[in-house]
Amino acid sequence: MVRVTIDGQTIEVEPETTILEAARRLRIPIPTLCHHPALEPYGACRLCTVEITLGGRSQLVTSCNYPIRQEMEVQTASERVLKGRRMLAELLLARCPNVPQVQEVAASLGVSTVRFERGDEICHLCGLCVRVCEELIGQSAISFIGRGVDRQVGPPFVKFSDACIACGACAFVCPTGAIRLENITDKTPRPLLSEFDARLARRGNIYIPFPQAVPKVPVIDREHCLHFALGRCGACQFFCEAKAINYDQEDELLEVDVETIIVATGFDLMDPRIKPEFGYGVYPNVITGLEFERLSSASGPTAGKILINGKEPRDVVFIHCVGSRDPHTGVSYCSRICCMYTAKHAHLVRDKLPQARITVFYMDVRAFGKGYEEFYDRVKHERVVYRRGEPSEVYKKGDRLVVRAEDTLLRRTVEVEADLVVLATAVVPRGDAAAVAEVLGLQRTPDGFFQEAHPKYRPVESNRPKVFLAGCCQGPKDIPDTVAQAKAAAASAMAILAEAARSQDEFTGGTDAG
Amino acid sequence: MQVDVQQLMEKLDLFGCIQCGKCTGGCPLSLTTALNVRYLIYETLLDVLPDPGKMEELWDCTCCFTCVQRCPKDVKPAELIIGLRSQLVESGKIPGTVGDALMSIFRQGNPLGFAREDRAAWAEGLNIRPAQEGCETLLFTCCSSAYDVRSQPATRALVQALRAAGVEFGSLGTEESCCGNEVRRVGEAGLFEMLTEEGKPLLESTGARRIVTTSPHCFNTLKNEYNLSGIEVLHYTQLIARLLEEGRLPFSGRLEKTVTYHDPCFLGKQNHVFDEPRAVLQAIPGVRFVEMDRIRERSLCCEGGGGRMWFEGTNTEQRLAFQRVHEAAETGAEVLAVACPFCLAMLDDAVKVQGLSERLKVMDIMELVVQAL
Repeated sequence: MVRVTIDGQTIEVEPETTILEAARRLRIPIPTLCHHPALEPYGACRLCTVEITLGGRSQLVTSCNYPIRQEMEVQTASERVLKGRRMLAELLLARCPNVPQVQEVAASLGVSTVRFERGDEICHLCGLCVRVCEELIGQSAISFIGRGVDRQVGPPFVKFSDACIACGACAFVCPTGAIRLENITDKTPRPLLSEFDARLARRGNIYIPFPQAVPKVPVIDREHCLHFALGRCGACQFFCEAKAINYDQEDELLEVDVETIIVATGFDLMDPRIKPEFGYGVYPNVITGLEFERLSSASGPTAGKILINGKEPRDVVFIHCVGSRDPHTGVSYCSRICCMYTAKHAHLVRDKLPQARITVFYMDVRAFGKGYEEFYDRVKHERVVYRRGEPSEVYKKGDRLVVRAEDTLLRRTVEVEADLVVLATAVVPRGDAAAVAEVLGLQRTPDGFFQEAHPKYRPVESNRPKVFLAGCCQGPKDIPDTVAQAKAAAASAMAILAEAARSQDEFTGGTDAG
Repeated sequence: MQVDVQQLMEKLDLFGCIQCGKCTGGCPLSLTTALNVRYLIYETLLDVLPDPGKMEELWDCTCCFTCVQRCPKDVKPAELIIGLRSQLVESGKIPGTVGDALMSIFRQGNPLGFAREDRAAWAEGLNIRPAQEGCETLLFTCCSSAYDVRSQPATRALVQALRAAGVEFGSLGTEESCCGNEVRRVGEAGLFEMLTEEGKPLLESTGARRIVTTSPHCFNTLKNEYNLSGIEVLHYTQLIARLLEEGRLPFSGRLEKTVTYHDPCFLGKQNHVFDEPRAVLQAIPGVRFVEMDRIRERSLCCEGGGGRMWFEGTNTEQRLAFQRVHEAAETGAEVLAVACPFCLAMLDDAVKVQGLSERLKVMDIMELVVQAL
């Protein structure tokens, strides 16, 4: 260990520890623009200059790349140091007068006026971008080009090259916004979109899947992480203070002995592109009910504001039965939840956009549950117009969308203008239903959902003893029906557990008998 | 006149209709004419159908089959219209021009009133091998492709391209007759039966392994309604796309044009051939390909099918072709490419009537291809 005194405080550190690191352990602040914990020290900005005294001689050194020596004395804020830093800050401010990061550093050193000719640079040549690309990404797609006052950052010969993989690390690490990917490559980066936010918002490569996730911890997207894809980067491990990053963690397969199983694997929603006439995937303002759900959610990508291209829609059209009741799509059945959630969505639009014109196109309204017809009535009173007819097509007229449908009550085809079209897509069995059925030995009904033991009298049991079904894995159902079935499944499972416990007691003579 | 409603209901199983309106909602004519096929089904089911002889809009249907494609319950609404037309044909209550076309097909093998012996005039000097001597590939020309002067250059261009690719093919020449696709759709079931009964053995006797048609209409009926055994039926865009993929059709020239493409209903909506015509256009060096808004499954009908080449329709002020050429012009395209002789005729006329001749040219895909060979 090496002993050092910094501003009168003494600390012992490992050999080769830098002065900056040692000072930070003592919580002594030293300004810097070019230091980064995931990168090798570089000494570019020189703002971290400190004064050291060793063997009676004192000198100014950059603390980020100067290692501690035995019995070294360090002054981080001597007059000589501050004078030097102020000069550096003034020069930086002259170069980049409009960059907030430089303004802050200068202000913290008491520098506000500049005696030199003012430039208008955004880049202060800290080199973080260049070093990230070389050290972490391993591509060296950008470097410093030009000399002296012409020094700048760019790809070799200012030409796009294949070396750049458009990972965006340079732009991400750049503290001033000087690095713009379009100046470095002609490749188009693919933003990662949040699955939970129905791909309406971006997410990071490390993210918490959704707010109620259990356990509520971040995961790394292995498919897109450069560390997993190319064996590089690994920057996150330097930042995680809890040292929780573990690249070697794998899924674990657990074998658990159980008496009974409740299957509650849920459902998928149909991809509405199977009905190309609605223009989903062609027009960004044709969305699914689930996407609308995120759009109107207070914790969603727009904080609950219903915005299309940044604007509130004037005309909103809802379309029922997209894919449902249609054997061509493989969905002969009624999805059962769409009538009511569409009514709820119409209600939400009215609540948030009092001036909007709201149209719901329907074939039949199935408001079958307790209180449902009353809610349907209420929504209609909220100036929501229900028109009978299944729309046949969505297309553009001028720069607006129109929904083309026969209003069967008018007996006329109409084109209804829309800024937002919401599709009530069909509930379908999960994509892995066949695999789950295989594992558990379950039978499925022709619609693909798990088959109950009897459609009327044993709707909670599966064809396998001690295996119960709950929720949409057995067929589309709304929340009250799901809860009822789930509780019945839980009760059935508990009966089996109680029976198992009782026979165990009989076998062992009983623990609390008598 | 009296309609045999019972026969229609049972033959077409109209009882499955849930009156959702998807058919009429998608019918391209339902906005501009009195045609409402959903209501026709309802009236038929309730046996309150008015005299079809007085429903002129029955002849408006282009048989684009958008209604059939989108019906969630497999009712096939357009077949009701064909069924009603059938009953009108039987009682002779059909528009005069439709009757003339049918008579011409019966007598001369084409609906255009031309003589059978002139059918091969388009191929003069091309020395096309008679298919009767046997051939691997049979070129089947639509009556329009053979006789219509606006279509003939496209037909000859196809021959030129096939030869450039080294494809050996034959033609039936003056023995070739109308395929009957529109004949069935105007309701002349008897004549259609006659055409298939004569056409099927004739086509099969050539020993051809594949038939290439110039029209999506011939393609549709030969492929789906003729029951040809062991013969692959292709629309020409499919064959040309295949030849391009195999590298057998090298382009040596360029065509510096902005081109958009109109999907024919009988090729696109009804037979799901969407990609091949686009692949051919995009393969032409120099072509900048742009799309209209309504394409593929959402394409707008040109209004030339289902016998509408022989019947004006009840609304001649708001023709769909008028709307379509404006949509094409809005893309900034200089050329509206088509893959069907009916579309060519309908859209070419519409461009002239709509005063777009300076901006937009309607051309068959083959006319474009040969310019870059």
